[in-house]
Amino acid sequence: MTVTTITDAQLAPKDYASDQEVRWCPGCGDYAILKAVQKACAELGLVRERTVFVSGIGCAARFPYYMSTYGFHTVHGRAPAIATGIKLANPALDVWVMTGDGDGLSIGGNHMLHVLRRNVDLQIILFNNEIYGLTKGQYSPTSRRGTRSPSTPLGSIEYPVSACGFALGAGARFVARSVDTMQAHLVATLKRGHAHRGASFVEILQNCVVFNDAVFDHVTGKEVAADAQILVEHGKPLLFGKNKEKALRLKPGKLELEIVPTGSDALIHDETNRPLAQLLAALEPPFPAAMGVLYCNPAASYEQEVYAQAGGSKGTGDLDALLNSERTWEVTS
Amino acid sequence: MITSATAPGSGRETRDSVVIRFAGDSGDGMQVTGSQFTLETALAGSDFSTFPDFPAEIRAPAGTTFGVSAFQIHFGGSDVMTPGDAVDVLVAMNPAALTVDVRDLKVGGTVIVDTSAFNERNLGKAGYAKNPLEDDSLARYQVLKFDITKLTADAVKPHGLTSREAHLCRNMWALGLLLWMYGHERAATIEWLKRKFAKKPVIAAANIAALNAGHAFGETAEMPEHLVGYVVPKAVARPGRYRTVSGTEGLAWGLVAGLRAAGIEKMVFAGYPITPASALLHTLANLRAYGVVTFQAEDEIAASGAALGASYTGALGVTSSSGPGIALKTEMLGLAIATELPLVVIDSQRAGPSTGMPTKAEQSDLFQAVHGRNADSPLAVLAAATTSDCFDVAIEAVRLATKYMTPVIVLSDGYLAHAAEPWRIPREADLPKFPVSYRTDPEGFHPFLRNSETLARPWVKPGTPQLEHRIGGLERDYDSGHISYDPDNHARMTKARADKIAGIARDIPLQDVALGDDHGALAVVGWGSTFGPIHQAVKIARDEGRDVSHVHVRYLSPFPRNLGDLLKQFDRVLVPEMNNGQLVKLLRAEYLIPAEPFGKVTGKPFRVTEIVQAIRKIGGERK
Repeated sequence: MTVTTITDAQLAPKDYASDQEVRWCPGCGDYAILKAVQKACAELGLVRERTVFVSGIGCAARFPYYMSTYGFHTVHGRAPAIATGIKLANPALDVWVMTGDGDGLSIGGNHMLHVLRRNVDLQIILFNNEIYGLTKGQYSPTSRRGTRSPSTPLGSIEYPVSACGFALGAGARFVARSVDTMQAHLVATLKRGHAHRGASFVEILQNCVVFNDAVFDHVTGKEVAADAQILVEHGKPLLFGKNKEKALRLKPGKLELEIVPTGSDALIHDETNRPLAQLLAALEPPFPAAMGVLYCNPAASYEQEVYAQAGGSKGTGDLDALLNSERTWEVTS
Repeated sequence: MITSATAPGSGRETRDSVVIRFAGDSGDGMQVTGSQFTLETALAGSDFSTFPDFPAEIRAPAGTTFGVSAFQIHFGGSDVMTPGDAVDVLVAMNPAALTVDVRDLKVGGTVIVDTSAFNERNLGKAGYAKNPLEDDSLARYQVLKFDITKLTADAVKPHGLTSREAHLCRNMWALGLLLWMYGHERAATIEWLKRKFAKKPVIAAANIAALNAGHAFGETAEMPEHLVGYVVPKAVARPGRYRTVSGTEGLAWGLVAGLRAAGIEKMVFAGYPITPASALLHTLANLRAYGVVTFQAEDEIAASGAALGASYTGALGVTSSSGPGIALKTEMLGLAIATELPLVVIDSQRAGPSTGMPTKAEQSDLFQAVHGRNADSPLAVLAAATTSDCFDVAIEAVRLATKYMTPVIVLSDGYLAHAAEPWRIPREADLPKFPVSYRTDPEGFHPFLRNSETLARPWVKPGTPQLEHRIGGLERDYDSGHISYDPDNHARMTKARADKIAGIARDIPLQDVALGDDHGALAVVGWGSTFGPIHQAVKIARDEGRDVSHVHVRYLSPFPRNLGDLLKQFDRVLVPEMNNGQLVKLLRAEYLIPAEPFGKVTGKPFRVTEIVQAIRKIGGERK
């Protein structure tokens, strides 16, 4: 029910920036994400006063302070719950949840699960840098095994959670992935997420220049990107490589993907197919990492259905009738 | 049971007031039986107070003592303020109910039993080596032995029920008999049965047959010698229209009335299932037509978060729980305090710590409500004294939350939530009005600009043009609202938050004296659901010539501005509370007075006599 019919076409990306000094570390991937979000806002013509950015705690959670819209910096992990309350109170607001891997998948994992399965109409942007930045570099739930950090001096022994895999498992109806440095792709992905009615989940691989620098280089590095990423598009074959010479297809007789030379029955991406999205979300080297809209299959959003059940009630029921419902009796003097 | 004369012409004896307890298995329908008896009592014009006491187990194994569910009602001609200390009539549907509840029966009191239920198996489960109906262990009581099982089966026979279905009608037979004993009508119960079993007319008819059979059993010559009818006089009440109200209903309707009074379009009530608070969520879930949106969140934290998100949006955010759940909401209360947003939090207290005794009442969350947060985090705390007071306190919570842009915790408890009493129904037109105003003017705006009188910041609905702003849990500058780590600013903001809450004392009534003089030998100071027993106890003590007053505190944070001076007018201060001494410590800390604790932590409300004895121990004689 996000109302986008009223737009503000005159605004430029910079008009979505607040007057506050941005305080992320120099070189942080968050700058690029901020830029992409502001660009997406301008291209969508979002009306500032009807737009709310909600965040939890962490580096990513500072985001609302840097936007000229309404913003609410809340409690660690709880942004999805607060955003749900905002949408229940006023479904016409355009609400974005800005979160990170620790905020969204560790302390707030439960809220993330439920906001996705309920399908509240929100844009949920998860900055995944595989580390706790603001608390100075501890391993996070998305850190790979072996990650050395102040709290895992011998290397993490935990298996990481896949952000997109989690979202799909939770029942999200829009799941996408992009990279902080891929501006055009990121803006386009954010716009797709915004167009989706219901909870749209966008994972952004984001570089933490201080505590986890270059952790995504094997995927995002200029030299390797063409072979290490596959940009998925609905209805198009799943091809990658410098000259799109490699293709993904289902291994005959198995529910798993294999890499084959282009031309030999490449799989066509179907973003309404949840099992395919799960396969794509889970791809790890030697497979390329899947980027783009992995899954999009809209349904009525939560708050839309809440209000549908209320049957358009204006909430003006007769209070005296309520208080006098059931048995009453009169006492006369 | 205070005996008066035989009522002329009726052949019935008169009783000023009576305490009845229905007790049986949790599947025996005792709560329903009690509720229907309450309704008929109300319609007969008596004053009453009820106390449902049921186990945490939904269906404990049949016949066990821990599966006993009871419902107590005290009714009479005047001033019924508690469910009653001791029971005049105990209806025990099985041996377990007898063994658990007979200890509260007065010597000479009446116990009505279903003889069929006293079989070897049930006696064993209840821990009886011998059948108490066949020895002299109940000699101190009048025992009325009826084969209720068989009498019910006979009554429902024409309706062709299974024996299991017939068994479930026993409670209606017992209800019919008790209604006859006290000269109550059956019409409202019959009407209720028809409604409840509208889709099962045979079941409705059978239950009505059982009800009528129980009634007829008393009416006809089948009466055993001790079974006589009574008349209980009507209460003298202020003229008006009345109904029964439970604490849960009082809170739910009070919240709706508060929403109306504040002129707010919508309430978002977010909760998570927890005993004994869930009933409030259930009640409000049916009030969509009154602007209420309910949300069952994934946990207590999310419930408080969604409520706060709604408040941020300009709606009235309300969340509710019991002690363990309130603990989880703590961080969101901190955010509500930091961002200065209204939030109403209802705490239906129960016995703890941890899971404790979910269905048993306690008043042990006072410290949690007043102080249970990190950092200096003041907020307002109110407590409801009676089930009808729940309505007024809920309205007051909405007023303070919206006027002062603060979270307000309302302390109720498991007893108030389920208890019921007669309530004089107010008219919406007579209720207070305190319309909120949302800031819309961009001129000179910043989000923490304070109202010079209340120190409240402006409430802005997202969607308002040119007032876009950012708020959050980080400390903010007093003069601009922007993030600030400035040391002096933090000191200034901490003081501003404290002053704002302290200033509420100027906007609430002075502390009154519920009974007695405003000075004297002893003040008995209570809060919350102990109102009834304290009031009765003080009345008895005063009748004994003691110089005792009852002070009942509704505003627990901040305290009324005259509370300290008032209490200093008494030689001694006694603080009965259902905890290990919490208000007493707050009073001592705040006013440096030697207030004395009197705690009860059994999960059951105070008896009047317990407080009378505590008063006698102190003395309180007139000088």
